[in-house]
Amino acid sequence: MRPPIEGLQLDPMPGAARAWRAQCSAGQWLAAGEAIASAGGRLGALWASDERDAGGGYCAHALLVAHEGLLWLELPVAATAAGYPDLSAAFPCAKRMQRAAFDLVGLRALAPEGTPPDARGWLRHGAWTAETHPLRRDLALDARLAAGDPRYAFVKVEGDGVHEIAVGPVHAGTIEPGHFRFSIVGERVLRLEQRLGYKHKGIEKRFESMSLVEGARLAGRVSGDSTVAYAWAYAMALEGLAGAHPRGRALRLRALLLERERIANHLGDLGFIGNDGGLAFGLAQFSRLKEDLLRSNAALFGHRYLMDRIVPGGVAIDVDDAGCRRLLAEADQLEAELRTLRAIYYDHAGLQDRCINCGRLTPGTAAALGVVGLAARASGHAMDARVHPGFAPYDEFAPKLASHRNGDVAARIVVRFEEILESLQLERRLLTRLPPGELRVALADPRAGARGVGWVEGWRGEVLVALQAGPAGRIRRCHPHDPSWQNWPALEHAVLGNIVPDFPLINKSFNLSYAGADL
Amino acid sequence: MYKILFQIARTGIRSEKPRPADAALRAMAPRLSDEVLSLLGRALAIRHVDAGSCNGCELEIHAANNPYYNLEGLGIKFVASPRHADLLLVTGPVSRNMEEALRRTYEAMPGPKLVVAIGDCGCDGGVFGENYASRGRVANVIPVDVAVPGCPPAPDAIIQGILTAVAVAAKA
Repeated sequence: MRPPIEGLQLDPMPGAARAWRAQCSAGQWLAAGEAIASAGGRLGALWASDERDAGGGYCAHALLVAHEGLLWLELPVAATAAGYPDLSAAFPCAKRMQRAAFDLVGLRALAPEGTPPDARGWLRHGAWTAETHPLRRDLALDARLAAGDPRYAFVKVEGDGVHEIAVGPVHAGTIEPGHFRFSIVGERVLRLEQRLGYKHKGIEKRFESMSLVEGARLAGRVSGDSTVAYAWAYAMALEGLAGAHPRGRALRLRALLLERERIANHLGDLGFIGNDGGLAFGLAQFSRLKEDLLRSNAALFGHRYLMDRIVPGGVAIDVDDAGCRRLLAEADQLEAELRTLRAIYYDHAGLQDRCINCGRLTPGTAAALGVVGLAARASGHAMDARVHPGFAPYDEFAPKLASHRNGDVAARIVVRFEEILESLQLERRLLTRLPPGELRVALADPRAGARGVGWVEGWRGEVLVALQAGPAGRIRRCHPHDPSWQNWPALEHAVLGNIVPDFPLINKSFNLSYAGADL
Repeated sequence: MYKILFQIARTGIRSEKPRPADAALRAMAPRLSDEVLSLLGRALAIRHVDAGSCNGCELEIHAANNPYYNLEGLGIKFVASPRHADLLLVTGPVSRNMEEALRRTYEAMPGPKLVVAIGDCGCDGGVFGENYASRGRVANVIPVDVAVPGCPPAPDAIIQGILTAVAVAAKA
């Protein structure tokens, strides 16, 4: 990678993710962010760490996604300094990440002069005080923290006839908890403000009590619906810092599992979107197809959702000839069923009426907000880490990228259909070109302080894991990043001007993770 | 329309028999008389609260409603308000940020307030355990009648747990 600004010293990072690392000054932090943003790059993740025990102060970290790959920027900040420069002018999606970093580590993003800072807690509700920062190293994992002030100031919309609807954290269905505050006139949504963080359960602190190898199990439970993507991203980060190289067979089996996770989730979503659009038939049909797939997963790989099947160094499963034949037959059958159901969905006037032009996220808004993954592809952005920059084994298989320009619920349906068909195609190619070889390689003991990064395109979008080793094979710091961080704010925009009863449909078409972003 | 009808006919009925109640899943002794339980029968209304899960258990609760497990076919349905619920299904370790919401949901239910904790996290805190942000198992926050282990438990195990909570003593 060419340095985005002059004077920034980039070091290539070992491992499967194409990534570079650089330590920077406050000025460079801001300038590099702006340079990457103006070159069409985006913010992948942002977090902070406490380095006082290592003789430093704090450190702000950002993973920037440039055309050539990832740039991990590290900005050391003295313990006595007021904070670090706010990146949200270049990347609006930095706002919530910066608030979370402050809640956990106490390192504040300094808003440019003249802009009022948003001092509201994000992950901090009432469970601890504004002066307590649980990720600081002098606080124990099981510290009993005194309760803080749980009040939260939502933005008030004023005017004739404006009123509020407050929803959550407990929702009306089997859904994760979060709070949505709608300001509406009649049925029309003027503003939606999300408040998340209800599921915060100390995952990053918990990582620091684990060994690097044990961490894989926790990584696979950051967001259960993306367990394969997380397990792979974590393994990729760990293999990078430990200098291990999983073999071809293991990599292809990983891709097989990741594609099966994509298919399963897309099938489930297509069913629920149909249901929310008034077509309960769709839910019955797609949930049946999903169940068939989960049952094959259980029969062949020992777990319906494939948890703990990707392990550091390789995989914990294998597939024999009979298994290959079963999966290939399943793929053919699923494809036939899918084509039948797709014809029904695309022909259904009621579904068209609900989905076309509903919940539009325009390509311009998606780009401005730094949206990623499936939602970005449905809004005209060609972005898929499997395709570009590509990581093994996908670089050999050149998957086709699915995209659509309209950015509405219908576009997100279309992208899902196309991605399932492409994943089935990939499954066939992976299974017919499965080389013999080792399933798992041993990991050398990594040097304390070594860093690794994982970057995997899960079904919802890119999952990133930034990992730093401590002494004796322990984890010093691990930040898992869910694509929902970037995409939740986009949902606030996609619902504008729509009617309240369309919100569940729009929300489902994004299907974002609460657990993944609440950590 | 004919395509939909043709597909429904071609799919047929896929429902399977549920697993019977299992007394070993009980976290506390049965609190209700057989008479009450037989009145409640299987016309059961469930409210689900995710108190901090990874969302894996939610996937399996959804699956319990698919055509194979067909939970509604047993007369058991999910309701939108705790005011209408006989049974509370709780997933996850209870995050401190969800503790109050879970308590309030429990308080809003009418008696007998049956509670089924789902998954390893609901049973003992799971991989997250108890920490500054997590209260661990559901029983640390509200009384639990039945606890279903698994990461996540399969849909038939979840249904078995629900049936155990309302099984008359002789059968459970």
